[in-house]
Amino acid sequence: MVLVEAIILSVLAASTPLLLAATGELVTERAGVLNLGVEGMMIVGAACGFAGAWMSGSIVVGALCGIVAGMLMSLIFAFMTLGLAVNQVATGLALTILGIGLSGLIGARFVGERITTAPKLSVPGLSDIPLVGRILFGEDAFVYLSLALIIAVWWFLYRTRAGLVLRACGDNHVSAHALGYPVLRIRLLAVLFGGGCAGLAGAYLPLAYTPFFIPGMTAGRGWIALALVVFASWRPGRLVIGAYLFGAVTILQLHAQGAGVGIPSQVMSALPYLATVIVLVLLSRARTGGSTAPAALGTVFVPDR
Amino acid sequence: MTPMPDPAPADPNTTHPLLQTIGLTKRYGDFLANDKIDLEVVPREIHALLGENGAGKSTLVKTIYGLVQPSAGELRWQGAPIRLSGPAEARSLGIGMVFQHFSLFDNLTVAENVALGLDGKEPLKAITARLADVARDYGLPLDPKREVWQLSVGERQRIEIVRALMQNPKFLILDEPTAVLTPQEADQLFVVLERLKAEGRAILYISHKLDEVKRLCDTATILRGGKKVATCNPKRETAASLARMMVGTEIKEVMPPAERRTTVPRLVVNDLTLAPAELHGVRLQNISFELKGGEILGIAGVAGNGQDELFAALSGERLVKEPGTIILDGLACGNRSITERRKMGAAFVPEERLGHGTAPRMRLSENALLTGHAASAMVRHGFIDAAATLRTVDLTTETFDVRKAKRDPEAASLSGGNLQKFVVGREILRKPAVLVVNQPTWGVDAGAAAIIRQALIDLASAGAAVLVTSQDLDELVEISDRIAVMFHGHLSEPLPRAEATRERLGLLMGGANLDRKEAPHAAGA
Repeated sequence: MVLVEAIILSVLAASTPLLLAATGELVTERAGVLNLGVEGMMIVGAACGFAGAWMSGSIVVGALCGIVAGMLMSLIFAFMTLGLAVNQVATGLALTILGIGLSGLIGARFVGERITTAPKLSVPGLSDIPLVGRILFGEDAFVYLSLALIIAVWWFLYRTRAGLVLRACGDNHVSAHALGYPVLRIRLLAVLFGGGCAGLAGAYLPLAYTPFFIPGMTAGRGWIALALVVFASWRPGRLVIGAYLFGAVTILQLHAQGAGVGIPSQVMSALPYLATVIVLVLLSRARTGGSTAPAALGTVFVPDR
Repeated sequence: MTPMPDPAPADPNTTHPLLQTIGLTKRYGDFLANDKIDLEVVPREIHALLGENGAGKSTLVKTIYGLVQPSAGELRWQGAPIRLSGPAEARSLGIGMVFQHFSLFDNLTVAENVALGLDGKEPLKAITARLADVARDYGLPLDPKREVWQLSVGERQRIEIVRALMQNPKFLILDEPTAVLTPQEADQLFVVLERLKAEGRAILYISHKLDEVKRLCDTATILRGGKKVATCNPKRETAASLARMMVGTEIKEVMPPAERRTTVPRLVVNDLTLAPAELHGVRLQNISFELKGGEILGIAGVAGNGQDELFAALSGERLVKEPGTIILDGLACGNRSITERRKMGAAFVPEERLGHGTAPRMRLSENALLTGHAASAMVRHGFIDAAATLRTVDLTTETFDVRKAKRDPEAASLSGGNLQKFVVGREILRKPAVLVVNQPTWGVDAGAAAIIRQALIDLASAGAAVLVTSQDLDELVEISDRIAVMFHGHLSEPLPRAEATRERLGLLMGGANLDRKEAPHAAGA
């Protein structure tokens, strides 16, 4: 029983960075922009988040540093793809390479340092309920924040006019422009939101997951977040399910290795990625009717005036 | 500037002009898209804007709708000069627009699409209710909850019109609204337009279909090469005189041969059924026809009813399992590649000339090679014979009057009409036994269109079998021996030209007579 509780707690923790980064990318892609630089924005967010928290001694300051760092990274992307109409795929890949290098540079000074991670929530009485108490009321603030954020995104996309306009830009930017909507400005905001989320997701790792920073600590989570958006077919509800499913696979393979399951550890570590591939194949086979992807995804837009 | 006498202003004692443009000019670099255009539209008027492709019609209406900022000149609304910051401001004045390439969002619902075209804070529920009211009132039925990709082209246009009407516009712009409609759908649209006119609104109607303009419009302004050439009453003009003003010269009549002799079947399709390759594609259903040498078979139909899919199957871009489904000159080739089919003497001209028919950033000689490598002497021992590719370009240029800046420019640098002449000419000069051509004169000026149509007729007279798919009924009636109609992936029994009236074709295009086979006409014999 204690083991089950421990597994669920660690699944929640492992899923949160995926959910945060994927939420940002979902909004970006819904506006029609494919930013493959999630991994790069995350790792820079991790380095800056740790640096901010270490110097100020505050987790909140650290998280804010991570968000700002991610937004600055996405601003480079926005300048290239929206301002100069450069190919989004190439720019996104370049952003990841840049981010990995930049995070090493920023974080070099902090390797080997430790901080106190974000405190777990503790509600007297509630958190002590056996089994569900710690799971529902005993996590760190980021876990609740990530869930609140995805609910807010769902409400924004489907219940507000601004969300409708954002989806319209992702579906057909030529039409959106013809109706007089500022496509590039809307996309800029969406890209910045995606960058902020990725930065926060990266910062979560050294601020709440482990108490230290090591180079390359995002370890491909940015790529999984990208796959998650496709997995969720660009829908917020499915994104939550997907993020926790992927978090669970990651954790379960650790426990399976610990329990001595006779499969090479490399195969087990590859499971989340394998699951991504399988789900993508299943999705494309099961698809009937309407397009699931935003129709204008990944195409550059240059308004004529 | 010499003042142009207006032969017949709409009605001098109506009200003052609702909208005026005075010396309106739009410059893109060195290119003058609009050159000092004066236009006057009064209430209770359907005003036609006529012109060839590239005459500047679209630029002018985009300026009026606030999408494009003029380089010089003035826009007046009810007598007062205005500057529009964007479409939202135009809409707030009472200017509505129905776009030619619909400004719709495929994955959003009808109600969401309408909401995006409205300004203000009206909640979606209220919009849905009002949408149903307006749609019912004008006889334009629409289901607000359906997503656009599920709808037919006619229904999509209804969304655009209802969206514009919901803003209660005083001035409505329609950009080539009938280009994608069946004749019956067009008739329904005209009823709505007449009613809008009777309600006191003004309509600016862009078209190059002269019969329509003569029938519907009170005034016509004609543009050519970015300049206004005349304003007239289209009802007092003939189609020929309007065409002359549009083109600037007389258009050569296409001469059909007095008698055409058909020979053996050269292209036979047997019960072709093919699932769509794309998400919103059309399934081809049991298509069968026989095309003889010396004959032109026309395929009519509203775009998106399977024409592209049929072209892909015939050209070998998509293969079918059963070889006998498609027979070229007696050889089963349903599973043969496009190159093998070319070697058998077939040639193919797709609809999209930039990107499908040619590689836009490659030179004409390279583009000549791309379709000619298999069946012409342009490749020797695996090496390109550059001189031979250039000779092909020169010959095509000469034979089909392709105008270009240098001997061997990039495909994308040619104008639409000239590139189309090149693409069609390139295939015809290979003297194909079977030519399959999709939309041969789409977006091409009248002069070039006449040359292309004549070339197709001459090719058939020389013994080739020609299959022409087009949305232009007049074109098909002009050149085809028989005409069949595609609807939802089905192909109707071909009608001999004499029996292919606009009404019958229009009914077939709308899906009538689908199950009832036509009586045998001894077709094509």
